[in-house]
Amino acid sequence: MRRTRIPTSRRSKLADTHSAVLEHSPDLQHHFDDMHQQFDSATLGMWVFLLTEIMFFGGMFAAYTIYRGLYPGAFASTSKHMATWLGATNTAVLICSSLTMALAVRSAQLGQRKLLIWMLILTMIFGLAFLGVKAVEYHDKYVEHLIPGWDFQYEEDPQYWHQAQILFFLYFAMTGFHALHMIVGVGILTTLLVMAMRNRFSPAWYTPVEISGLYWHFVDIVWIFLFPLLYLIGLHAHK
Amino acid sequence: MTHEVIPVRVYVAIWAILVFFTFTTAAVAFIDMGPFNIVVALTIAVIKMLLVIIWFMHVKQADNLTRLFVVAGFFWMAILIFVTLSDYHTREWLPLPHMW
Repeated sequence: MRRTRIPTSRRSKLADTHSAVLEHSPDLQHHFDDMHQQFDSATLGMWVFLLTEIMFFGGMFAAYTIYRGLYPGAFASTSKHMATWLGATNTAVLICSSLTMALAVRSAQLGQRKLLIWMLILTMIFGLAFLGVKAVEYHDKYVEHLIPGWDFQYEEDPQYWHQAQILFFLYFAMTGFHALHMIVGVGILTTLLVMAMRNRFSPAWYTPVEISGLYWHFVDIVWIFLFPLLYLIGLHAHK
Repeated sequence: MTHEVIPVRVYVAIWAILVFFTFTTAAVAFIDMGPFNIVVALTIAVIKMLLVIIWFMHVKQADNLTRLFVVAGFFWMAILIFVTLSDYHTREWLPLPHMW
């Protein structure tokens, strides 16, 4: 394609008024005014996606709220079957992963490539540790016959046999979708890691790291609510 | 260029507070406070969420448009819970019609 040449006489004038357009960063896409606007648009877009995620998880949180209101006794009785300390450990693991993710974004901002790579690897390790603990928990639930609708046994509180299954259904749906988001997150981190190793990020352009960080922290926030709602319901009554 | 760089010690401080609240919420759950157990648990969860959103998710440095969107998300969530519960909680307030 032939480029339109700007006459020398006009060039200086244009450079004064449109210097940002003529001498823009190679990372700036042509439909944005400047890098700042490009960055803000990306983060805003990510937040819009996260709002749809709030709606997605919100439906399940609303269902939880309704059924807990309807069957408080049954929900409290499930606490003695929940691995509270595994849940608490996983909460701490996820918070650590959020810290390393935040530090990964920070090293990308500063152009510290090696640190960025290490922080991404650490975040992945924490994420995988979380999923490993989750797998142990699910296996325990299977062994204890606590999978709703499939050989469900609730001998200690037989009167709650029906209602407790609703809580376990919500438990598997909510933690399952959360775990799915974690798996997707580990995939995103792998992509970021490859990009970082190929030296694709710079202090001028690290948008994928920033918006992936938003996603990772959002998944952390979902767990921050799942932990007290699923694991700590009736502990004070059972010890 | 884009965001101001937050010092490492701020991130670590936020992390320490989050870990502290995690163990607080787990420990407090063993104390019987009647209906206030859930209130305390959710209050701690909301504080933790705000710390993550404001510092880790950089809403502190975000422009007002982004902030408006974030608030809109919680506004929507409030409508979802409030309106749904206002149905379930008020069903017995009015007498049910008898068989005709």
